[in-house]
Amino acid sequence: MELGQMQKSLQDYTKSLFVEGILDSQFLQLPQLQDESNSDFVSQVVSLFFQDSDRILNDLSLSLDQKVVDFEKVDPYVHQLKGSSSSIGAQRVKNACVVFRSFCEQKNVEACHRCLQQVKQEYYLVKNRLETLFKLEQQIVASGGMISAMDLGF
Amino acid sequence: MDKGFSPVGLRVLVVDDDPTWLKILEKMLKKCSYEVTTCGLAREALRLLRERKDRYDIVISDVNMPDMDGFKLLEHVGLELDLPVIMMSVDGETKRVMKGVQHGACDYLLKPIRMKELKIIWQHVLRKKLQEVRDIEGCYEGGADWFTRNDETHYLGGGEDVSFGRKRKEFDFEKKLLLQDESDPSSSTSKKARVVWSFELHQKFVNAVNQIGCDHKAGPKKILDLMNVPWLTRENVASHLQKYRLYLSRLEKGKELKCYSGGVKNMDSPPKDAEFSSLIHKGETDPKQLASSSVSDPSSDVHMPPKAKKTRVEFDPPISSSAFDSLIPWDDVIEPKPTILYESSFLQQQPLPSQSPYVANSAPTLMEDEMKPSYETCVNADEFLMPQDKNSTVILQDLVDLSAPSVISSNVTNDTETMLRSLNWELPESHHSGFIDTDLDFSWIQNEHFLANTSGNFQNFQFQDYSCSPSLLSELPPHLWFGNEPEEYTLMIDNGLFIS
Repeated sequence: MELGQMQKSLQDYTKSLFVEGILDSQFLQLPQLQDESNSDFVSQVVSLFFQDSDRILNDLSLSLDQKVVDFEKVDPYVHQLKGSSSSIGAQRVKNACVVFRSFCEQKNVEACHRCLQQVKQEYYLVKNRLETLFKLEQQIVASGGMISAMDLGF
Repeated sequence: MDKGFSPVGLRVLVVDDDPTWLKILEKMLKKCSYEVTTCGLAREALRLLRERKDRYDIVISDVNMPDMDGFKLLEHVGLELDLPVIMMSVDGETKRVMKGVQHGACDYLLKPIRMKELKIIWQHVLRKKLQEVRDIEGCYEGGADWFTRNDETHYLGGGEDVSFGRKRKEFDFEKKLLLQDESDPSSSTSKKARVVWSFELHQKFVNAVNQIGCDHKAGPKKILDLMNVPWLTRENVASHLQKYRLYLSRLEKGKELKCYSGGVKNMDSPPKDAEFSSLIHKGETDPKQLASSSVSDPSSDVHMPPKAKKTRVEFDPPISSSAFDSLIPWDDVIEPKPTILYESSFLQQQPLPSQSPYVANSAPTLMEDEMKPSYETCVNADEFLMPQDKNSTVILQDLVDLSAPSVISSNVTNDTETMLRSLNWELPESHHSGFIDTDLDFSWIQNEHFLANTSGNFQNFQFQDYSCSPSLLSELPPHLWFGNEPEEYTLMIDNGLFIS
């Protein structure tokens, strides 16, 4: 695939993430913080997000799997996840967390389990898409091309 | 920090347990040209802050921290260190935001945070500094002319609700005093000038009082006449006298002084000043007379907060305990910011060693301006902005021991006590102040805290002048001395020095 085509693919791909609501405008803030002093700022931040979220989801699953669910513990995890998803603009994950919290408030174990599934689903989706995005970028860079914020199409 | 104030290099401590946000915020803040320190734990943040108090200008913290409630951290930082704190959260519920404000946050940012929000956080630092300056500047004004303060209240904002409220209260109080003067129709204009009670001016005041001596009526008018300061008004003197008497009573109580209760037993409302003068000269202190000549209902004029409002008839601890509860912690940790300083001793209050650098530095300025009717506005404030640049020169250096701020000589205390006892001032054990207004209370408490540490230095000087002081404030029936409302102090002052 020639460079121009790859870049076009990247643009389209990125656009789709926004169109589908997987990412929101917060994600666009990140490349603006990137500069020569930290040329892979965005990927670093996203990696941090993945690491942290994996941990939170793990703890969250454990706490929900208890015989007696302690919502005092569950809710803070969901709140954390909501917070970190907002940092990179993972909109659908964030929204799923909002729903999750309302069921936590109601102490509805059944519903919370469903919410957890939903949150996980959204999380793996955004994770997957972003990993693909970065791969595309790497290919472009490897082919001698440049990635800029403009390439994200906005 | 003594820059002319530039946002560049603002030293920010950002506290967040979310590593992603911490990284993003660090980058964003650096992009604002701030100097950034990050921290993932609240306790760690507190440790850093306490370690070097002057190392940071502002703290930004997430509300939800794993090791400590963000609001608690906020309180600690605000109280112990008096730094502006901005709260952040992904949660924007009104009640949470309100909680933040109540705990003293100067702002509450909602995640995701935008650059433009971070670009303006330096305003909180500047605002706080200006507030401090104005607080301290106020110490040196003994006159009743706090009209211009009204302008300042507009500049005040942020989380310093209490001090803001206090300034409003002072404004209202003083405005009332001014409005009470009927003799001069143009009084409201002429009184816009602030009187700066310089050392020399106060000396004249003190001398005048002494001159009047023990056997004569020492009302503000007489004092004014004796002082022979053309531009000074009776109101200025009255107000100064009032403050001075309160200062004395505080000296008496030292650290414990919290109350000026003596009971306002029969007073219903304060008479007008003009009528007072006549009363003074007539030697009347008939409460009925006083009661019948009321200016206006102080409660409507002075906008006392409801919880503190009480009848004048009986003086019960006016301050609701809740008001005090909130005030007391502040007393312990806040830098003393005396709002009213009187007497040469209190004109140049010694700053506590690590606090209020502004206070000492402003003294020289006052000395220079002493005899001029000072139309002080923000001029002094500007000077005050860079206190570190000035040397600490204190007028009373030869009289006081700067290195021993907490000395309170017992014999001097006894003198005060004697004096006050002769005035039949009750020295209450209870823990409340004569002010209803909690905002004023706040200022008094701060005053006391401050004075307690420094008053010892001035007492010698103090009492050289007032060897026969007991008579000055004597003879006035106790019920006229203590006011629940500020107007009553005016009442008291005008009557206070008259000795039949």
